[in-house]
Amino acid sequence: MGNVEITYAEAIRDAMSEEMRKDDSVYLMGEDIGVYAGAFGVSRGMLEEFGPERIIDTPISEAAYIGTAVGSAVTGMRPIAELQFSDFVSVCLDQIMNQAAKMHYMFGGKINVPMVIRSASGGGTGAAAQHSQSLENLYAHIPGLKVVMPSTPYDAKGLLKTAIRDNNPVIFLEPKLLYRVKGLVPTEEYLIPFGEADIKRKGEDISIITYGRTVQMSLEVADYFAEIGYEVEVVDIRTLVPLDTDTIIESVKKTHRAVVVHEGVEFGGFGGEIVGLIADKAIMYIDGPIKRVGGMFCPIPFNPYLEAEVLPNVERIKKAVWEALGDLK
Amino acid sequence: MVNNNKTIKVSAPITVGVPEEFWHNTELLSKMLRYMYLVRYFEEKIFWLFAQGLVHGTMHLGIGEEATSIGTTFALNDDDYAYATHRGHGQAIGKGCDLDLMMAEILGREEGLCNGRGGSMHIADFSKGLLGANGIVGANGPLACGAAFSCKAKGLDRVCACFIGDGANNEGAVLESLNLAAAWDLPVMFVTINNTYGMSTSIEKVTRNSDLTKRAIPFDMPCYEVDGNDIAAVYSTVKEARARAVKQGPVMIVEHTYRISGHSKSDGNLYRSKEEIDHWKEKCPIKNFRRELLQRNIFSEEELDRIKNQAEKRIDKAIEFAKNCAQPKTEEVLKNVFAE
Repeated sequence: MGNVEITYAEAIRDAMSEEMRKDDSVYLMGEDIGVYAGAFGVSRGMLEEFGPERIIDTPISEAAYIGTAVGSAVTGMRPIAELQFSDFVSVCLDQIMNQAAKMHYMFGGKINVPMVIRSASGGGTGAAAQHSQSLENLYAHIPGLKVVMPSTPYDAKGLLKTAIRDNNPVIFLEPKLLYRVKGLVPTEEYLIPFGEADIKRKGEDISIITYGRTVQMSLEVADYFAEIGYEVEVVDIRTLVPLDTDTIIESVKKTHRAVVVHEGVEFGGFGGEIVGLIADKAIMYIDGPIKRVGGMFCPIPFNPYLEAEVLPNVERIKKAVWEALGDLK
Repeated sequence: MVNNNKTIKVSAPITVGVPEEFWHNTELLSKMLRYMYLVRYFEEKIFWLFAQGLVHGTMHLGIGEEATSIGTTFALNDDDYAYATHRGHGQAIGKGCDLDLMMAEILGREEGLCNGRGGSMHIADFSKGLLGANGIVGANGPLACGAAFSCKAKGLDRVCACFIGDGANNEGAVLESLNLAAAWDLPVMFVTINNTYGMSTSIEKVTRNSDLTKRAIPFDMPCYEVDGNDIAAVYSTVKEARARAVKQGPVMIVEHTYRISGHSKSDGNLYRSKEEIDHWKEKCPIKNFRRELLQRNIFSEEELDRIKNQAEKRIDKAIEFAKNCAQPKTEEVLKNVFAE
C-alpha cells in the first residue's frame, strides 16, 4: 500500500507492462518503440522484458500497422498501437474511422475490436505544424471510438489499463508536454472507469471544464483567483467519449458560470460540444457568458513566440474567467 | 517480429497445372458447380429484387467472376480467414455464409448476417472466418495482415485470404501491406481478382505496366498467375499457394477474369463495347466448367441441369425466407454502436 511518485510516461509504461504480464494477447507495436523506446521514451525497457514478438517495431506504414492492429483485434488479440505523433492520423484515418470504429455496429454487434491507439498529442515543443496538433475532436466526432486524454500520471495509468481491457477501439491521447510531469500513483493496482470526470479542485463561484494539458493551467488559474476571493471549480472530463455530462451539469448548476478550456483549435472544437450541453441542460442556471479558450484557428507555427501565442495559456484562461464572472467582478 | 525468409527470390509468376485427381472427386466437382450457380443466381436475383424496389441502396455484382470466388474459397481450409471486396457476394457464399441470412442482410432485415446494419457491402460471418466485405477499396490489405498476425502469434496453421481487385493494387494501404506482410512473414494471400476495370477505368490506363504479377517482385513474394475463368486451375493454384503461405509467409495470386455485369446499378457500360462483353460471355466460367465436366463424361447434361435447377430453387427459398424476416426496430438503432 502507499504511493509512489512517477512521471506520466512511466505511468503509461507501467499500465502497459502490467496488462501485458496478465494477458498474453496484449502486444505493443509502433514506429521505433523497441530499442529506441519510442520518440518520447515511453516504452523504455519493454523490449527487454517482453521480447520482439510483443514489442514490435513497424515499418513507417501507418495505414498498414494500424490496420494490422484492427485485423488482429477482431481475431483475438488486444493490440496497443502507438501512433508516434497524433498528426499522423491523416495517413491511417481510414483504418480508424471506416474500419475499427464501424465494425462492431456494421457487422451487427457480432465482433469486437478491442484495441488502443496511443498517440502523442499537442504543441509546445517547437515541432511545428505537422507534429503539434490536438486532434481529439476529430476522433470524438466518429461514432464507435472512445476518446481519452488524461492530465496526470494517476489518471494516465488507471485510464490506460481500462482502455486495454475495453472491447472497443480506444484513442488514448497523451499531451507530449506532460510526459515528464510527475505525480503520485498508488502501488496497488487500480483502474479508472471511462465516463467519470474528476473534479480536480472544488469551488463555488465558477467552473472551468477542461481536459489534457490545460488542466494544470486551469489549476494555476484557480490558485490565482483563490487569492483574490473567487473559488474556481476545475472539472477534468478525462474522457471525451464517453462524456460525463452529469458532473459538468451539476458543477455549472452550482457555480452558475462556466469556462471551457482545451488546447485543440477553439473553432469547431470539443469545447463547443460542452457549451452546447450546458446551453441545453442548464441555461437557466447560467449567470454570465459561457467562455471558451482553445487554440487559435491557425496551423501551429515553428517560432517559439508565435507558437506560444496560438496555444492557450494561463493569461488567456484568466481573462476568460474574468469575462465569465461578469457582474460578480 | 522476426523474419525468417529473407532469402526468397522471385522472378516469373508461378503457374500450377490441374492434377488429374481433381477430376476424380465428383462430390467436390458437383459442389463447385452448385456453388457457382448459387452465386450467379444470388446475384441475378438480387438485381431483379432491386429492380422491383425490394433492395434498398446499391450492390456490386460479380457476374462472370464465379470461378475466382468459388475456386479460391474452396481451396481454403474451413478455419482460414478471408476478407472480401466490395464485390464480395461470391466470396462470402464460397466461404460458407448462410444463404438465407445473407439474403436477409441484403434486404436489410434484423435476422440478416449483420442484423440489417451492414448490407451488401459489409457482409461478414465470423463463425465462417469471413471477416467482412469492405466498402473502402484496398482497406482490407492491412486488416488481412492483422488476421494473419493473430494466426502467427497464436501458432495456428491458418492463412488469411485477402481479396482485392486490380484497382486496389494501386491503393497505398495495399502496397504498405505487401511490404509489412513480407517483412513479418505473415500468412496472407493477396488474391487479386483482375477483372481489368476499376469501376470504369481500365488497368491499362492507370498503370505503366498492367502486369500485376510484377507487384510481387520488389517484396520478394512468390506470385501465382491463373486463368480466373477456369475454376479447376483457380482451385489447384490456390491450394498450392495456401500450402506455401501457411509455411513461408505471404503469397500473391493474380486471377484474370472479367466482370460481365456493370460496376453497380448506375453503370451504363459507356467505357466498354458490347463486343467485348459478348466475348467474355462466351468465356463464362460456368459454361467453361460445364463443358469440361461433359467432355470428361463426369456428369450428364441432365445431371448438370439438375444442379443448376436446385441452385436456383435454393436462392428462391432464400428470397422467400428473407422477405418474411422482420425489419429492424427503429428504437434499436443505437444498439451496438459500442461493445459491452
